[in-house]
Amino acid sequence: MGNYRANLVICGGTGCIAGGGAKIRDAMQAELAARGLEKEIGIVMTGCNGFCAQGPIMTVYPDGTFYEKLTPADVPLIVEEHLLKGRPVEKLMHKDPVLKRAVPAMHDIPFFNLQVLRALRNKGLIDAEKIEEYIARDGYMAAAKALLQMTPEQIVSEVKASGLRGRGGAGFPTGVKWELCARVQGDVKYILCNGDEGDPGAFMDRSVMEADPHVVLEGMIIAARAIGAHKGYIYVRAEYPLAVSRLQMAIDQANEYGLLGKNILGSGFDLDIEIYQGAGAFVCGEETALMRSLEGKRGMPIPRPPFPAVQGLWKKPTVLNNVETYANIPPIILNGAGWFRELGIEKSAGTKVFALTGAINNIGLIEVPMGIPLRKIIYDIGGGIKKGRQFKAVQLGGPSGGCIPKELLDTPVTYEDITQTGAIVGSGGMVVMDESNCMVSVAKFFLEFTTDESCGKCPPCRIGTKIMHGKLKDITEGLGKPGDIELLQDLAQDIINTSLCGLGQTAPNPVLSTIKYFRDEYEAHINEGWCKAGVCRPLTTFYIDASKCIGCGACARVCPQKTVSGEKKKPHSIDQSGCIKCRSCYEACKFGAVKIGPGSLKQKLLEEAEAAKGVSE
Amino acid sequence: MPGEARKLTVEDLKRIKEEHRATFTLREGGYRAKVTVNMGTCGIAAGAREVMNALVEELSASGAKDVIVTTAGCGGLCSREPMAWVEIAGQPVVRYCDLNGQKIKRIFKEHILDGRVVEEYALAVGDETSY
Repeated sequence: MGNYRANLVICGGTGCIAGGGAKIRDAMQAELAARGLEKEIGIVMTGCNGFCAQGPIMTVYPDGTFYEKLTPADVPLIVEEHLLKGRPVEKLMHKDPVLKRAVPAMHDIPFFNLQVLRALRNKGLIDAEKIEEYIARDGYMAAAKALLQMTPEQIVSEVKASGLRGRGGAGFPTGVKWELCARVQGDVKYILCNGDEGDPGAFMDRSVMEADPHVVLEGMIIAARAIGAHKGYIYVRAEYPLAVSRLQMAIDQANEYGLLGKNILGSGFDLDIEIYQGAGAFVCGEETALMRSLEGKRGMPIPRPPFPAVQGLWKKPTVLNNVETYANIPPIILNGAGWFRELGIEKSAGTKVFALTGAINNIGLIEVPMGIPLRKIIYDIGGGIKKGRQFKAVQLGGPSGGCIPKELLDTPVTYEDITQTGAIVGSGGMVVMDESNCMVSVAKFFLEFTTDESCGKCPPCRIGTKIMHGKLKDITEGLGKPGDIELLQDLAQDIINTSLCGLGQTAPNPVLSTIKYFRDEYEAHINEGWCKAGVCRPLTTFYIDASKCIGCGACARVCPQKTVSGEKKKPHSIDQSGCIKCRSCYEACKFGAVKIGPGSLKQKLLEEAEAAKGVSE
Repeated sequence: MPGEARKLTVEDLKRIKEEHRATFTLREGGYRAKVTVNMGTCGIAAGAREVMNALVEELSASGAKDVIVTTAGCGGLCSREPMAWVEIAGQPVVRYCDLNGQKIKRIFKEHILDGRVVEEYALAVGDETSY
């Protein structure tokens, strides 16, 4: 296909050909040749375009004019008027622009229209490796304003007035943190960025660092100016190699352009930024542990106070903010605190980025105004639950957070409302779970994570999480005892009250919130030996309900053990002696005929089968 | 940059901004079309490199000089990666999803060269709401 001035796309589907489409093409070729336009205007025959009733049809590109019910007699008119004079022939045009509607507009798709991109404003738009593209999108303009037109006090008060709270999880007001540090006297201060994102299922910060690394640098320049720091570190885990390389490229470019280094933009202000790669310990996301790790020591937290704003890295006043927090700073400086507060509500101003994942149709990175109900996120933006299953819970805040059940789906996403439910907004991981998730196993998964990641410094966390994990493991293996639930709750309270840092203080949350909302599941595990989701194998027996089975054989085909058998169109059955409880038959059945029974059912069914065999012999 | 480091002033920033706006508003840059392949970790894992390679191959084979091919980070809808955004001067952006090398080649021929949106691969048209 050459580069024509215009292209005529004539439908060559059966319907249109039957209606005379080929004649239109021939007439058009002749007409174009007669007027010497054949080198300027191309003709393409396409397959059926689905609009057969209006055929023969033809679309003129680049303008997209859609002609319908054409006859060869119309051709000279179209060439004369439209192709030569540029005036589309109205009377031959379709009245309803169906072609334009075939692809929905962004603002008609809930996944996009409920989002407002602030921290992610350059998402998928700019080339992360070209500083010029960032600058073209107002990049470094906020830094210029902060360095040349504002005093440090003005920066602090603007950020304070915006109501921005730390996006890393704790939600501490960013402006207050800066103010504390700005007030401390000292010629050496540090500005740090926390890119040690570690929650299972969370990828907000990674995406920002990969897609828009300069925004992190610009946020840090503004913060450094506010507190009077001249040295900055970005702490990123080494598991994020793409983020590390793009950040390094951004730092090099900024240094080259004088946007970092000495006398930035001629303001007399100096700032150097370096990347420090963490080894991936979860606890290093905690601020005091992160600073120890930066100092080259073992990543362990220390008691606060003194707070890092007073005594942080190398005992110097230090401010540490999260990646997303920094991404919010430049627009606040450019547009003002009032603008920032236009979205969100009261104590939760602005927008929040979430990593939406799990049993949901649209998995992705989203940014929504704070205060939006969870239901809108899950059903409108997320497009609901996969495979038409039932929603069970949404997990917010990762290993420090909790599960929110369907009764509370109308909870607005604000720091306070989410905390009320027993979860936390956290850094933004949002894992959706459906009926096939066992909540005891979910709690066990998170406790396994925190037990592994506990740094071991304080006993409540080191030993407490281990014991809690052991109890949960027992419960999922059919070794749970009455009283275990209460013991877990007791232990949880002690760990929360006595742990040194945020890791231990929040580690029991996934257990507490699942007990709070899904106590019946814990009880079924302990008292009935039954995992109703069919996840915990010792507490599960898969069997076929003969009244629902139509004998399609779908289950037999997927069984890796070949233990499902039966005649075609007659109810099938599972040979319990060979079943490994892999769930394949359960997932394959479209009629709900494969059922999940308690673990003890297996023995009963085996005995029944044995007895039946005896009778038949 | 070889030799003396370039020290930008605010005036330089504004100049760069104006110059490079052209890549966002195609007409001013003298380009007819721009293809942005989302290459965040999610995109790359889903096969964005194959898409990129196929696109570059197709571009050089066509000899088109008025098409920009560029990359960006995560486009947001990770479950539909690889994604690419196609913008033809004067028309709203079309966002394609679930791509592979074959599909992007077809998009290049039909949409970029011939101006016909490949509807079956398209997710949406238009812009997102940024502040």
